[in-house]
Amino acid sequence: MSKILVFCEHHNGQLKRSSQELLQFAKSNSSDVIALIFGKEAKSIAAQTAYHGATTALTVSDEAYVSYNPELYTQAIQEAYAKTQATVLLASASATGKDLFPKAAARLNAGIVSDATSLEINGASVVAKKPLFAGKCFANHAFSNASLQIVLMRPNQLPVAAPDTSKTITIEELSVTKIDLKVLLKEIVKGTSEKLDLTEANIVVSGGRGLKEAANFKYLDELAQVLGATVGASRAVVDAGWVPHSMQVGQTGKTVAPTLYIAVGISGAIQHLAGMTGSKVIVAINTDANAPIFQKSTYGIVGDFADILPKLTEEFKRALHK
Amino acid sequence: MKIFVCVKQVPDSETKIKFLADGSGVDTQGVKWVLNPYDEIAVEEAVKFKEKNPTAQVFVLTLGPKQRASEVLRTALAMGADEGIVINTSQDGDSYTTAKTLAKTIQSEGGADLILTGKLAIDDNGNAVGPMLAEFLKIPHVSVVSKIEYQANALKVERDVDGGAKEIFEIALPCLITTNKGLNTPRYASLPGIMKAKKKVLKEYDQAQLGIEPSDFKVKAGAFTFPADKAPVKMISGDATAQTSELVKLLRDEAKVL
Ligand SMILES: Cc1cc2nc3c(=O)[nH]c(=O)nc-3n(C[C@H](O)[C@H](O)[C@H](O)COP(=O)(O)OP(=O)(O)OC[C@H]3O[C@@H](n4cnc5c(N)ncnc54)[C@H](O)[C@@H]3O)c2cc1C
Repeated sequence: MSKILVFCEHHNGQLKRSSQELLQFAKSNSSDVIALIFGKEAKSIAAQTAYHGATTALTVSDEAYVSYNPELYTQAIQEAYAKTQATVLLASASATGKDLFPKAAARLNAGIVSDATSLEINGASVVAKKPLFAGKCFANHAFSNASLQIVLMRPNQLPVAAPDTSKTITIEELSVTKIDLKVLLKEIVKGTSEKLDLTEANIVVSGGRGLKEAANFKYLDELAQVLGATVGASRAVVDAGWVPHSMQVGQTGKTVAPTLYIAVGISGAIQHLAGMTGSKVIVAINTDANAPIFQKSTYGIVGDFADILPKLTEEFKRALHK
Repeated sequence: MKIFVCVKQVPDSETKIKFLADGSGVDTQGVKWVLNPYDEIAVEEAVKFKEKNPTAQVFVLTLGPKQRASEVLRTALAMGADEGIVINTSQDGDSYTTAKTLAKTIQSEGGADLILTGKLAIDDNGNAVGPMLAEFLKIPHVSVVSKIEYQANALKVERDVDGGAKEIFEIALPCLITTNKGLNTPRYASLPGIMKAKKKVLKEYDQAQLGIEPSDFKVKAGAFTFPADKAPVKMISGDATAQTSELVKLLRDEAKVL
């Protein structure tokens, strides 16, 4: 059976949902699930990892590990691997995961699959399925000659069970060798929104050129507020300077796979579809009944955003606060 | 300053994907290959640097079947890169072999002061070659960068992270940076640029001679499938009031996502 290391991310003292998914998956495939947690709060996060399936926790609580540094983090991954001799490492395909694990894979002689949407572990071997060509097809990825099999999973792909708060955990602090750094973090500039990142959001409401002008994004903001959603956008409005690139969904933006995706005034160009067709339920609102977005949608409304959105926001308010 | 830009040939984003008859992979017959959009940003960055620092040299390299590899290098040369390097291979590699091959080539060329490459390739969405290449060369990296400030022996860079936040790093040269949208707007190759590119040097390596071992292939793609067919869309009719209340009802009672 595989020994599984799960790289756990947290925010404001809470274990991220994406990490809960990985722990839960690991637990159903192994009785040896090691949570790897960095940062000052690592020990309190460790308790939460137990609720979701970790059997032991390796923490690095050193001040230097509070924010991301590729060299420091890679060193810690190397030592965690040396200590545990795990054969599988799971992490989410987050900004940190996608930067850290390719570097760690090169150092550890490991194979890596990034952006997987499903995962299977059979005995010692891992098979990860991921979309290729912007979701036009999928392929299974299998490992060979890899000391360690690393998979970076997209968030929102795996189920999470209610936490089992009766579970406790053994915590071990990993003391990582000090190294000289060639990369130094100088500053973190906060984003405009304190909401969940698009890639992690459970509901996304996106706007396109059909919104006519930047100011009309306020309709989406109000809708998002009621739904607890994150706001996204098409490239057309990013290029027009209405919203920042961090909000772009699509082939050259972010890939999202929320439970609910609402596209407003977006035509459904293939490059936009590439970033959102993995969503569970898609709603399109567009004045043009022939807009290609409808072909990929679950529900469609032909109508003007200015008529539909205020009413829709009110309807959701009523439905959610009953 | 010696700058190496690593680029990939990817199918044009409008390409319709077909599988080989035996299902072992994607049929690339008739595919139009283009320079990966994020790599275009890397080329632009190098060329812009050279315009301000004329002694800089810009090498652009790619790994792939010679014909299509050479074509995308010509595009990069037409944008203003000095010299192209094709690493000829017909083998589908994974990120590990690709990064190792690029590392060995750059070493054979005497090493780099700066390596630029796109944050990901839009075909396999691998997200891995840049940081892996840096590790193989034992140089530092920062990925997903949308701003670079050049200093004497270091760079100050802005890395885009989740939630629209930015991490600002200082990184010592030599180093590797992966480029994100927002860093610059890639130019279109001008006609004189295209004419000049025809005369520029295209050097050739063969992957087989670079000492890549069978054990370097760590991940293999197989069992290709198309996404499952979607149920047809349910169009909701009526006036705006009827449409919105019906939609919320369906989302709650049928789709059960609220
Ligand atoms: C290499 C490459 C990469 C790309 N990457 C991306 C990417 O990552 N993401 C992306 O989104 N695009 C991307 N694009 C661009 C893409 O091809 C489209 O141009 C873009 O998605 C169009 O944006 P849009 O749907 O907002 O605008 P449009 O196509 O102009 O659509 C506007 C829609 O709004 C509707 N509309 C108009 N008025 C109203 C109204 N009052 N109420 C409701 N609806 C209305 C119209 O009927 C229309 O369907 C890429 C293109 C290329 C070539």
